[in-house]
Amino acid sequence: MQDELGPLGFTVLTVAIDRDPEESRPWIERAAPTHPSLIDSSWLLADLYNIDQVPTVLWIDEQGRLVRPKDVTFGSNTYIEFTGIDAAKHRELLYEWVRDGKHLTPDRVRAHLELPTDDDQLARAEFGLGRHLAERAGARSAEAAERHFDRAGELAPAQFTIRRGSMRMRGKDPMGEEFINMMIEWTSAGHPLNKPLPE
Amino acid sequence: MVAFTILEPNGAHEIDARIDGERIIVGPDDIAQALGWLRKPEGICRDEVCIPVHPDAGLDTADGLDLAVLARLLGRPLAIDIGECVAFVGESASTRAEALSSLVAPDFSLPDLDGRMHSLSEQRGKKVFLVAWASW
Repeated sequence: MQDELGPLGFTVLTVAIDRDPEESRPWIERAAPTHPSLIDSSWLLADLYNIDQVPTVLWIDEQGRLVRPKDVTFGSNTYIEFTGIDAAKHRELLYEWVRDGKHLTPDRVRAHLELPTDDDQLARAEFGLGRHLAERAGARSAEAAERHFDRAGELAPAQFTIRRGSMRMRGKDPMGEEFINMMIEWTSAGHPLNKPLPE
Repeated sequence: MVAFTILEPNGAHEIDARIDGERIIVGPDDIAQALGWLRKPEGICRDEVCIPVHPDAGLDTADGLDLAVLARLLGRPLAIDIGECVAFVGESASTRAEALSSLVAPDFSLPDLDGRMHSLSEQRGKKVFLVAWASW
């Protein structure tokens, strides 16, 4: 995508939301990207853009304005049956925007914005405290970190960048049974697995 | 006085604080250094902005300012661990919501794998496909 669209004044910019850059390194090195690939070890991007799950993509125009708010898509349709997300359609819209500059009007962008709540922001503070404490030595700090991770998850159950994103710091497997159970519980309660933009 | 850490979305500050039961009391100079707000007669001020402080708010003590009251006056979320002597002062939902609603994409500066910093604003003039992902 970068090679094809780069000459048209376009860049991909990836941000890995990972506590330790070494966790992202193998993925980035395998992809050998020609675009900037950044590491966000303090969940700043999730805070600034209210990103509740990964992957999340956003489109930003030449003037630095948001032209497509957070959305979920994938590089291919390999998992379409599971995700229900048509990557081909997203790609088509993207190419159209890069070629013709045509996309959502500012009113439509605003209509699709999902703004953070007070509980989301308090959860981010609790989560930030948990991340800090999880790095400290000693069982007492680890226990304290657990309390703040729990509190963050209770405050903002939809923020999977917090609930799933904290799992590895808590010695849990973010691909394992606990994560699967979390998602089963979430979807059984009537929540969608993900929320692609409808247009 | 104890060594106390104040965390923010963008960094950390090591300061001295007095713990008084559930209250964290921080000297005005430390508050100014950590959070950028000054205690003045007209309120708590930063640049041209002053937030008035009601005398009953409980902000002022003999030893300094009550961190929880300050956070409330600033509208910022606060997570505290008294036992570990650390607090996280987050950004308010209204500040984040206003920034997003302006449709100006919030800028950030983050390192790549080699530690070189890159910011979103460096890409001005290009269309940017911003991808947030994670290894977890």
